[in-house]
This record gives sequence, C-alpha cells and structure tokens, in this order.
Amino acid sequence: MRISLSRIAHTRSGDKGDIANIGVIAWQPQYYPILLREVTPERVKDFFGEMVKGGVDRFELPNLHALNLMLHRALGGGGTVSLRTDAQGKTLGAALLAMEIEVDERELTD
Amino acid sequence: MIRIANGQGFWGDWLEAPVRLVDGGPIDYLTLDYLAEVTMSILQKQRQQDPELGYARDFPPLIGRIAKKLRERNIKVVANAGGVNPVACARAVLKAAPGLKVAVVLGDDVLGRIDEFLGKGYEMRNIDTREPLSTIRDRILSANAYIGAFPLAEALATGADVVISGRCADAALVVAPMIHRFGWGPEDYDKLAAGIVAGHIIECGAQCSGGNCQVDWQNIPDPANIGYPIVEAEPDGSFAVTKHPGTGGRIDSHGVKEQLLYEIGDPRQYMTPDCVVDFTSLHLEDTGPDRVRGCGVRGGPRPAMLKASISFHAGWKASGTLVYSWPNALEKARVADRITRQRLDQLGLRFDEIYTEYFGVNACHGPAARRVDDPPEVQVRIGVRGADKRAVDRFTREMIPLVLTGPPGGTGYGEGRPEVRQIVAYWPALIPRDEIHTRVEVVE
Repeated sequence: MRISLSRIAHTRSGDKGDIANIGVIAWQPQYYPILLREVTPERVKDFFGEMVKGGVDRFELPNLHALNLMLHRALGGGGTVSLRTDAQGKTLGAALLAMEIEVDERELTD
Repeated sequence: MIRIANGQGFWGDWLEAPVRLVDGGPIDYLTLDYLAEVTMSILQKQRQQDPELGYARDFPPLIGRIAKKLRERNIKVVANAGGVNPVACARAVLKAAPGLKVAVVLGDDVLGRIDEFLGKGYEMRNIDTREPLSTIRDRILSANAYIGAFPLAEALATGADVVISGRCADAALVVAPMIHRFGWGPEDYDKLAAGIVAGHIIECGAQCSGGNCQVDWQNIPDPANIGYPIVEAEPDGSFAVTKHPGTGGRIDSHGVKEQLLYEIGDPRQYMTPDCVVDFTSLHLEDTGPDRVRGCGVRGGPRPAMLKASISFHAGWKASGTLVYSWPNALEKARVADRITRQRLDQLGLRFDEIYTEYFGVNACHGPAARRVDDPPEVQVRIGVRGADKRAVDRFTREMIPLVLTGPPGGTGYGEGRPEVRQIVAYWPALIPRDEIHTRVEVVE
C-alpha cells in the first residue's frame, strides 16, 4: 500500500552552501529497513523535480536509524547569493514528508 | 563531570537564553556562537571604518549583565565574539565587567596574508566549485582560518574568566573546556570526536531541546521559556545532553537526532580542525526525562589542511513583494511578475538572475508543493541580483507602481521601497595547517 513518508519518519533540513541536507529519522528502529528500500536518491530527486539541479547523495546512519540526504544545487546558489526566501532549505525537510512510499501493511507495527 | 551550556546558536539568537542558563541552575561553562559564515565581512568593514570595532557589540553588555553571577557561580565563558578584533572586544568586556580576567585567541585572521599564500602556490580553490581564489582576488572582504579547540583550551589555562576568539570551528567552543579540564591531547581522537559530537548537538542552542523540532511539536512544553541545552561531559568522552529543570522545551533522542543530522555531509567523515568524526559510531539513548546520553564515538586523525572561510563581494541584490487577494489571486500575481519583467527589459536592464516566488502556492516546496486551487491570497516576491548596482536600484522602484498600474487590488507595499543589499558571498577553501600560528594573550 502507498503511504506518506511522514507515517514512518521525521525530518530536519539545513544547508551547506548550495546543497540542502535532509535528515530522515525512522520513528521506530524497525522502520529503518523501509527507509533504506524506499527513500532512494532517485526517488528524492524525482520528488523535488526541477528544484534540485544537481544529484542527490544518500548516507546511512544505522546507529541512529536515519539517512542523510544531500540535494546538490537545490538552493539557488545558496547562502547570501540565493534569491530564494528559503535560501537555507529550512522547509525542505517538511516537504519530503509528503513523499509517497510503498509498504506492506504488516511492516507497520504500531 | 563538567557542565557546558550553550547560550547562543547564532548572532541574533534569543537574548534571554544566556542569562537564564546562568540563573537557572549549576553550569561550569557558558559558550556563545556569534559567527555565521559571512559575519566576518561585516565586522571587517566596521573595523576598516573604526579600528576599535570589528567584534560582536552585544557581547560586552551581555557579560556586564551576567558578570556578578559568573563570579558567584564560578562560570567561565568561551565565545567567538571577537570577530576580527578580539583585543578590542576584550577591552570592551573589561570596561563592562571590571575585575574579570579576559584572554583572547589570535591567529585565525589571514586577510593580510592572501598574497603571501598565493605567492607560495596555495591556490585556495573553492571547495565546491573548484575555481582558484585568484579569480576573485580583488573582491575579497575577509579571510579567516577555522581554528580548533586547543588554542581556546590554552586560553582557559591562563585562568581567564572569559575567553574570546575570532573564527573557530563551532564545536571547538564546547570541546575546549573538556580539553582543559580532562587533559585530552591532540591524539585522543575518540575523545575529541565525542566532544565534537556533543558540541554539534548543542551548537545551535534550542534546536536540540525542542526548537525547530518536527517530533510532536504541538505538544512541546512551554516553548516561550524553552531551556537551552547543557552537555554534562565526562573525561572518557561520554556525555549527556540535558537542560535546567523547570524550563520549557524537550530533550529526547528523536529531537537530538534531528540536530545531529543538521548541516552535515558524509556522516562517517565529519571534518574538523582537531579530528575527523564518525557520526555513525555514536550510541544514543534516552536515560530520563529531558536527558539523552551519548557514547561510543570514534574519531580519526585531524586533516592536514585547515578550512578557511573567505568572503567576497559578489554583486548586489534586492527583492520586493506584493499581495493579491481572491479571486484569481495567483493569476494577478503572475501578471504582476510579467509586467515587471517586461518593464525592466524595456529599460535595457540586465541581471544575473530574476527569481519570482508565489507564497500561498509553491514558494517553499516548489514542484513538491501540495496543490492549491483558488487561494484566498497570494504574495508575489520578485528578487534580482547582478553586478550593476544601478540596475538593482532601478528594480526597487518597479514594484510599488504596480499597485496603480497593474492588476486589481494589489496591497502589501507598506514596508516601502526594497533595500539594495550587497551580496557578500562565501568562499570555503583549504590552507596548510602549518601556516596558521595561534597565540593566546591575556588582555588588561
């Protein structure tokens, strides 16, 4: 079944220059494998469309049941150069909550 | 065990926080972070106009306000409020709080050594774009190396009550007391790494204690009185993150994880002046109400190069807004944008970029935004940037006329003509560690 990412994870976003970073943290340790399977760089880049002009990297933190996503060239030049109101990507973590993922009902254990 | 509290995550953070940390319970050290990436350029400009300026001017009055409590409770302060003039900052602190002992850490400022470095063949390429520094040589406004925690620890060892540095790694403010009290050496990589993780958790202040926290945010207790975080650090590198009893906010592993992942790149190799940190080695657990413990952190040798933060003039920018209401709010906003661009074009004005956003529709989330049909109101924001200041200035006069010359019912122009602002951009580069010589001075 399709659900929103928010059902199994919470997020926090920030910036490093023109790169937006989004931390994705599983609500429960048992949801971490779902994140690994469903929150792929390709899907994240696709979700944000033309906003992300570069690639997406994904790093894994199994100790925290979390992923760190880096969205390259996503902030209009970043920092003081950017004309975006959200030049620091503070709302992008919230945006990602709406991304749809595929799960089996039995995987949702709470 | 020592208690290190961070009272400020950035210059502009909540003014009450450091005072409440000092009043609200026992702490040993109070750290304060004043330097965003491009703050140094503002301070350099100030110093150019007046040799007694170039530091964070609200720091001395803050110390004046809490000096009595600092003395009574034997709390030491570590802050990067010195900017490009730590000595002047120290003198101002001594004036505001006579009787305190103040030490400064110098050596991070390399603005006067750029040509020397270029002459030695250091290209100082932009870490992100790979361009060499020579392309912007004549537009450089400030240049500072990120120094680590050891010079700050050295300053604490003088017995100073207040340690003032210029640019340093953010977490260095928090690690310095640990080095000083626990006697860690430059090769205690695991302990230094643990200190940096603890510092990273609290360096943004309340962002780990319930602020900007997505987890159950509606139920965070008493956010108006949010408690800023305190690290209880142990000699073996393990630590707890907590806050004063009776304060608002919430500290739990979910909120701390949000802050851990904030503004990091590859978590296995988080580079700092003192060591490389592996965030994937951290073991985190909730050990009580508003209490999270961290241990198990591994670190590796420090990099051979130090990161330098260089700022430079990158043109001018301005942005203006207008609001249109239902019906057809978005359509009116789009027409306003089209008219503005057409008028600018007819004037022959050229910009590096013109960027338009529609608030209430998709300004924050862009293509990922939830669809909105027929919004009650839309705010249109048009921004321009370019090298030609006069072009940017002319743009600032083009939006308000739309109220009388454009789509119906335009409002939200009450703030007046937008300001033209200088773009001070950030150029992260690497320089050899051996070129930076720090020194500590007690200021009297």
